[in-house]
Amino acid sequence: MGEKRPRSFYVLAAFFAAYVLFLYGPMIAIYILSFQGPDGGLTFPMNGVSLVWFSKLFAGTGIVDIGAAFKRSLKLGIVVMVLTVIISVSAGMAFRKSFRGASFLFYVAIASLIMPSIITSLGIALEFRLLDDFAIKRGVEGWTTAMGLFTSGLGAHLTWTLPFGLLIMFAIFNRFDGRLEEAARDLGATSWQTFRHVVLPIILPSVVGIGLFGFTLSWDELARSSQAIGSVNTLPLELQGLTTTVTKPDIYALGTLTSAVSFLVIFLALIVILVLQARQRRHGSDAGKGLV
Amino acid sequence: MLSRDLARSAQVPLQLKVPLRFDKSRFGLTEIGCSMVQDRKSFVAWLQSVPMMLVFALFFLLPMLLVTIVSAWDYNEYEMIPAFSLRGYSDTFEGCIADLPDLCTILKTYLNTLKLCFLTWSLTLLIGFTVAYFLAFHVRSKTWQIVLTLLCTIPFWTSNVIRMIAWIPLLGRNGLVNKGLLGAGLVQQPVEWLLYSEFSVVLALVHLFTFFMVVPIFNSLIRIDKRLIEAAYDAGASGWQTLVNVVIPLAKPGIVIGSIFVITIVMGDFVTIGVMGGGQIASAGKIIETRLNALQFPAAAANAVILLGVTIMIIAALTRVVDIRKEL
Repeated sequence: MGEKRPRSFYVLAAFFAAYVLFLYGPMIAIYILSFQGPDGGLTFPMNGVSLVWFSKLFAGTGIVDIGAAFKRSLKLGIVVMVLTVIISVSAGMAFRKSFRGASFLFYVAIASLIMPSIITSLGIALEFRLLDDFAIKRGVEGWTTAMGLFTSGLGAHLTWTLPFGLLIMFAIFNRFDGRLEEAARDLGATSWQTFRHVVLPIILPSVVGIGLFGFTLSWDELARSSQAIGSVNTLPLELQGLTTTVTKPDIYALGTLTSAVSFLVIFLALIVILVLQARQRRHGSDAGKGLV
Repeated sequence: MLSRDLARSAQVPLQLKVPLRFDKSRFGLTEIGCSMVQDRKSFVAWLQSVPMMLVFALFFLLPMLLVTIVSAWDYNEYEMIPAFSLRGYSDTFEGCIADLPDLCTILKTYLNTLKLCFLTWSLTLLIGFTVAYFLAFHVRSKTWQIVLTLLCTIPFWTSNVIRMIAWIPLLGRNGLVNKGLLGAGLVQQPVEWLLYSEFSVVLALVHLFTFFMVVPIFNSLIRIDKRLIEAAYDAGASGWQTLVNVVIPLAKPGIVIGSIFVITIVMGDFVTIGVMGGGQIASAGKIIETRLNALQFPAAAANAVILLGVTIMIIAALTRVVDIRKEL
């Protein structure tokens, strides 16, 4: 590293620092403002420091039932995370071999990723509405609507998280040494044993990454849920609704709380990834260590 | 790295073992056995891909098909009527001919959306390229590269709405920026156009989506053979010349992929424009939302088809610049 840095390095480093400030500055501002005193407003300066706005949030006064939306989003996020991991890993394994419709599936995933969210959301809403109309016309007893958090809402979230999951799987297997699997098979392992004891432990840190994407993208999803979630709202939808009506810092408190969940999940995922990687390094290779 | 592998996976079906199957009868048992193993393997692979196919079929392909079909249905105040009608389209373009030479609402809205899109695109490209360039060429240690990339990624994992609200204490009438300007005596009255304006919409869009430029461009830059750059220097090129004639052409795939992301997001956006525009700014995505709120599904679907058409045209124009299929 003894080499002297060119002048452009310092210019670009300053630019990068400014970009990071631009990214985090505003967010940090609302985290600070959520601890505003009881008489404080939506802007600086701070009018004392308190937890008033958080306690208001938990008491459920003033704002719509945030607790319920919080739980709904959490449940949906966890389900989306689990499904994204399972479906993406499974499809990722499939793409290593050839199968009918592989390139079709790939292009569909990319299309789903870049499709403007409002169109996807509209399509899913239409689909369920037509289904409802059909069922009611046919006189299915007690039918009100099939639309809901874990039907249309779940589907809408998966169209957003699965393409990310699949792309991460491609990145994983790009660096994967296929000879390890061959070795396992030569030693008599079944396909499942090969996957369970050889492939999975190696790709596990990245699979945790897929889970991280699955949860956080669902936790914060707004545009695709907007039309397709049914009668109840997720937390981001409630937040969006509040932006037009709320004039007190409770909205910042809610923002801080929501971000805290995101940061907690990110932090946990990164810790798990680091631990797994460290373990891999320890157990990884015994090459050159002589016979065990 | 990533994209090269995508190509491999995308091309796989092109090299199917069709000949093997045809040759079954002509060859011995082993060949048949081999072909059966191959068939079984590809059947297992197909099974593994079924869950993902099902999700996309149910929640993406079928909905898209329905959008197209319903866009040509009739409707009244409260329900859609399954009969062929182009009312959804004609209502959308209402007054476009009668109002000439003035522009009708829909054209004005699209022009405005395109303007926002262009502004956001150029800013995200400029910032995204610079950040990616710094990360790829100036950060030398692998660990630092990961840490700094992570630093750029973390906001992507947090809520967009919160990142929009976050501008209020800064840009509002009593926000930090106005206080600063007033305090410095640069303005006599608070600047009003900082929040709930096109300025704040573009600012928020850049804030939210530059990430989508950074990642693919970084991915392209990191794959550039460093010797090419040394060769350019050795041949007497200045830093600027190397950038323009060597680095940027090689980064084109990343630039195009990032551009597609940003453009499709901004073209269909209604949340950022709604929140940061204070409900005052029209956009292509917002028309669909408004129609939906009025339960005019066929009209909403017709607008979705139009939006999709415009978006696809922009993407097609971009992919002419560079054949991304080669790069994917």
